[in-house]
Amino acid sequence: MAKSLGPVKRKFSPWTDPNAVPFIRFENITKRFGDFVAVDNLTLDIYEREFFSLLGPSGCGKTTLMRMLAGFEEPTEGRILLQGQDISGVPPYRRPTNMMFQSYALFPHMSVEKNIAFGLEQDNMPKGEITARVQEMLKLVKLEQFAKRKPNQLSGGQRQRVALARSLAKRPKVLLLDEPLGALDKKLREETQFELMDLQQTLGMTFLIVTHDQEEAMTVSDRIAVMDKGVIMQVATPAEIYEAPNSRYVADFIGDINIIEGKVADTASALGAPGAVKIETEGLSITVDQECQAVKGDHVAFAIRPEKVRISPDAPADPSVNAFYGEVWDIGYLGDFSLFIVRSEDGRFMRAAQANVSRLVDRPITFEDKVWLTWPRDAGLVLTR
Amino acid sequence: MRSPRFDTTVLTLGFAFLYIPIIILVVYSFNASRLVTVWGGFSLHWYSAMWSNQGLMDAAWVTARVGVLSATLGTILGTLAALALTRFARFPGRMAFSGMIYAPLVMPEVITGLSLLLLFVAMGVDRGFWTVTIAHTTFTMCYVAIVVQSRLLTFDRSLEEAALDLGCPPVKTFFKITLPLIFPAVIAGWMLAFTLSLDDLVIASFNTGPGATTLPIKIYSQVRLGVTPEINAICTILIGLVTIGVIASSLTTKRAEIRRIRDEHLAIRNAAS
Repeated sequence: MAKSLGPVKRKFSPWTDPNAVPFIRFENITKRFGDFVAVDNLTLDIYEREFFSLLGPSGCGKTTLMRMLAGFEEPTEGRILLQGQDISGVPPYRRPTNMMFQSYALFPHMSVEKNIAFGLEQDNMPKGEITARVQEMLKLVKLEQFAKRKPNQLSGGQRQRVALARSLAKRPKVLLLDEPLGALDKKLREETQFELMDLQQTLGMTFLIVTHDQEEAMTVSDRIAVMDKGVIMQVATPAEIYEAPNSRYVADFIGDINIIEGKVADTASALGAPGAVKIETEGLSITVDQECQAVKGDHVAFAIRPEKVRISPDAPADPSVNAFYGEVWDIGYLGDFSLFIVRSEDGRFMRAAQANVSRLVDRPITFEDKVWLTWPRDAGLVLTR
Repeated sequence: MRSPRFDTTVLTLGFAFLYIPIIILVVYSFNASRLVTVWGGFSLHWYSAMWSNQGLMDAAWVTARVGVLSATLGTILGTLAALALTRFARFPGRMAFSGMIYAPLVMPEVITGLSLLLLFVAMGVDRGFWTVTIAHTTFTMCYVAIVVQSRLLTFDRSLEEAALDLGCPPVKTFFKITLPLIFPAVIAGWMLAFTLSLDDLVIASFNTGPGATTLPIKIYSQVRLGVTPEINAICTILIGLVTIGVIASSLTTKRAEIRRIRDEHLAIRNAAS
């Protein structure tokens, strides 16, 4: 039975089609500022109508990459292709991209409608059309009654909408969003994320978003590129990034995860099942169903998300199941989830999260309880990098 | 030993030291007597005498023209210098350029004046209105550069990037976005330059020539021949002009501040509703 990772958001996956032509192509891009290498020989394809995220900690080069696409920085080496055309050397005011700035960068001396009309005026669009387009944009972001206001007479959320309207007004081929929702509070941010997705679907544009907020990237994107120190660690769908990270870095960067270092004790053939790996560490033996390049004796890491670990006061009936025995060291109650931190006798820690599906519990697990953590063989994965 | 009485005394003495001479000058401009230090009753005589003193009026006119022209030129050059210093983080000779911009600030005026004089002599330029204007432009420029640069340092560059991104070429961006936003600083720089040009004696006296006597030179030369209350009168008018300028500019700043606060309150109310 073929299994899939996570829910399928929409049937859209040009990256799996070998004949698909990338809309934007970063080709062996390197960017140096003095001795500092911001982007290191990076190659990346983004497809038309894709909602693509660049995700990483600050200083990982994601903003530099976006600024190179907008034309504010020139790559030191490599080239950027937009619809097959090299856009190196094209100044920002002649590129078919528009950007929504982190600070919004609204012109403080212009009213909301003047801000939105600014880009259209540069194209010498007839006055009537400008007015019509501005109205359309104001309606799109629900700010009709604020047209005459100056930016400093607006709240943060309203400014963010004006910035969005302004960057969308010219119908750019690619919309670049630099930490667009960073300044908003959590509720408003979540709302806006869904609005952004709707907009992108309706307008059929390619969106490239830079963010350090992994939840935001997970929510809005078709694909995410996780970056670190100027290098892309993994490019994949949100579900793949979460469920099948390709390295310790990505696994650790996205969400909460238990990582246990160990050695490969046995591989598929010996275990009987195809594609199974047995990892052994001191006092713990874990079997994982996973096709893996690792061979016996390799140093690898076993990674498992806390919500995939079951917690129980009773020992598992089947002694061959993956299990971790210890006492409850700490409990975090998060409302929807409870997080248990369990300490084994030899001082190893493992986290298990349990959904609080019912309000009342018969036998609550509490501090210093002896518990068994168990997980099926396909719940975690082996990381070789 | 600090007591409220001590503080008040020190404060009073300080202010007295600063302002009593000015008050005396203003009071004696309304003196009916010919003697500067003897009170002979109230009169506006010296104001009308000043008005009909052609030499003094000519000097005032020269000063005004030199001031406006050199302040304008100095503001343009100073703004450009400030842009170069803030916008281009690295260019060959940046340190030297920035040092040379600011040097006139600390350079003794005598040296600035003398070196300019030597330059004009070497070039064979006749000294007069234009040499004074050029001299004033060179030394007011650095003040403007400082005022404008401090504004540009806090200027959000992403505003310019946003304009470029929306298809606006760089020069147009400067006039449509940058200049309107730094305009208050540019105006402040202009006013500073104008005031500096207005009261400069040393540099002007080195570089002036026949027919281009500025007011400070005129006053200074008249004082040497003996102070008449006419001088008091014209100084009172100068003080009046400067005072009005200072009050006007501080009122504008204050009003802008009040408007900003009101806007922010409005924004908070919007966010809440």
